[in-house]
Amino acid sequence: MTRTFDRAFAAGVAALALLVPLTLAAITVLLLIDSWPSLTTFGLSYFTTTEWDPVKLVFGAAAYVYGTLVTTVVAVLLAAPVAVGAAIYLTEFAPRAVRAPIAFTIELLAYIPSIVYGLWAIFVMVPVMRSVVEPGLQVTLGQLPLIGKLFSGTPIGLDLLSGGVVLAIMILPILMAISREVLLAVPPTQREAMIGLGATRWEAVSRAVLPYARPGIIGGAVLGVARAFGETMAVTMVVGNSSRDISGSLFVPGYTMASAIANQFVEADSDLYFSAIVEIALVLLLVGIIVNGVARVLIHRSIADRPAGAVV
Amino acid sequence: MKRPLIASILALASLLTACGGAAPAATGAPSGGATAAADPCGIPVKGRCPTEASALTGAGATFPAPIYTKWVDEYNKLTGIQINYQAVGSGGGIKSLTDKTVDYGATDGPMSDQQLTDAKAPVLHIPMVMGGVVPTYNIPGVTTPLKFTPDVLAGIFLGQITKWSDAKIVAQNAGVTLPDTAITTVHRSDSSGTTYVWTDYLSKVSPEWKSKAGFANAVNWPGGLGASGNAGVAGAVKNTPGAIGYVELIYAIQNKLGYGSVQNAKGKFVEANLESVTKAADGITLAPDLRVSITNSENADAYPISSFTWTLTYTEISDRSKAQAIARYFWWSTHEGQAFAKDLGYAPLPAAVVAKAEEKIRSITSGGQPVLPK
Repeated sequence: MTRTFDRAFAAGVAALALLVPLTLAAITVLLLIDSWPSLTTFGLSYFTTTEWDPVKLVFGAAAYVYGTLVTTVVAVLLAAPVAVGAAIYLTEFAPRAVRAPIAFTIELLAYIPSIVYGLWAIFVMVPVMRSVVEPGLQVTLGQLPLIGKLFSGTPIGLDLLSGGVVLAIMILPILMAISREVLLAVPPTQREAMIGLGATRWEAVSRAVLPYARPGIIGGAVLGVARAFGETMAVTMVVGNSSRDISGSLFVPGYTMASAIANQFVEADSDLYFSAIVEIALVLLLVGIIVNGVARVLIHRSIADRPAGAVV
Repeated sequence: MKRPLIASILALASLLTACGGAAPAATGAPSGGATAAADPCGIPVKGRCPTEASALTGAGATFPAPIYTKWVDEYNKLTGIQINYQAVGSGGGIKSLTDKTVDYGATDGPMSDQQLTDAKAPVLHIPMVMGGVVPTYNIPGVTTPLKFTPDVLAGIFLGQITKWSDAKIVAQNAGVTLPDTAITTVHRSDSSGTTYVWTDYLSKVSPEWKSKAGFANAVNWPGGLGASGNAGVAGAVKNTPGAIGYVELIYAIQNKLGYGSVQNAKGKFVEANLESVTKAADGITLAPDLRVSITNSENADAYPISSFTWTLTYTEISDRSKAQAIARYFWWSTHEGQAFAKDLGYAPLPAAVVAKAEEKIRSITSGGQPVLPK
């Protein structure tokens, strides 16, 4: 009797556990089926052309891919130094009493719904970007050779740079939390050995702690990338939603893959149009799975026990 | 209440001249409840009809959603019928009707020939109310309403006119000091009937627009910013010096946005308001299936960027109780329901269009039999 129940119980929970991977598989299959017309019609040109024309039914998502990549790169470049800096302070320098409150506050940022970030961005950040930050960048960095091109054009505030800045704020908590975790996982013997050799705090951190934690920090950044890829609402509100330009400037309205889906699926009234939108979703899903997988491997390697005293 | 009653009398009168057989209905309507009392399932709708369905579902356009919600509420008080209208967008409305997941659909742009073929059975387009789309802009230092020619609007949205001080804009706006500010165009990033109407108009007045972008709920924009919803466009225009966008007339009125007048097909600059929008469908030849674009109307007093919004239903509905409920609800909407239009910022249908709508509603059948009494 008891054994029968045990078996039934085991089977029951196994079924529940299977439900999740099955859901993922079901979503993937469904997206594949729905995007099939677009996959077969456009093939690779879907990723290499920028013409997205619902009237003529020609769809190329290159501008969306470009917008997603640019906003994500901007976000990680802005957020990573802040996150790593904050994590170093919290693990190495901060008095014990303030460590938890500061970490908690930064992590709170992760619980703010993205629509709230969007509203804040459109009403507070965009006007500042348009009238202060972007003109400021134009007269300074914009004057430099090569990278000056990034800051050309009329500053309108609703552009790739704004999208990237919002994303930076949104991925900051996850980057910071993971950096802090991997720094905490660095064996104390690493620091002690360095300091024992007469190193300063800076030397200990830069030569012993950071190299040891590097794969984990990179893993955190990759998770941030995954979050930035899929983030929809807040970016949609400030990125400008215009797919025309791959111009190299950050001051032009852009479009990300996620915001293209959010904006267009509702009234996609022809099968091919709908299918082209589903293909974006399929790409996002696959990229998300791959990126998350890579991040997990990196973080796991960093946190897992290593031979004591090993310097990577 | 006066206007729709007059409208329905006029409409019935014109129907009478069109086909003599409608005589009993025509005498019944003006004299009030005499006929209706005899037949609770007749028209005009006076109350509950025992044989009709007690619930309907509809889905589609978001633009007319406020008035549809009002109608559903009023109609429920009158007849007890529960109507559930989901504002999922015009494309969604057409798709839901084709998939038969709703009893009726609604759309801001008429169904294409391909979509009608896909529907596999004849579909009726019944115009419900009218709306306009207006250019709204933000030019530092300019407060007087600007005048736009079709050429200028197309030129701006094609990205060929790039400064507010362009000679083509200045030519029509003597006395207004236009700055050298760069023009930023703002369009809807979501698919929208508003975009359909705007691009339909641009396609009619500019061959170049037609070949480069064309018209649909979403098009391949030659440039500019995209923003979501009327509110998004209005917000982007307000916050961006030098911007120009397009919003629903209702939205502009409710939010007290300034907007320009547009030169119509007869060369007159017309400011959009409920009267000039109604004019767009007045005195013009309507296509028999009522799938008609009334942008760039030939009426000399018409605002040129105006449009119908339609409900959609199959001509033959096998469930007779549903057919009856739909026909009677549509009848009420195009008659008594019109009284609510102006308060909510929609332009009511002109009498001639109501007459055409009546023909369509009367052609709804179940099992081959008309569901409305003669």
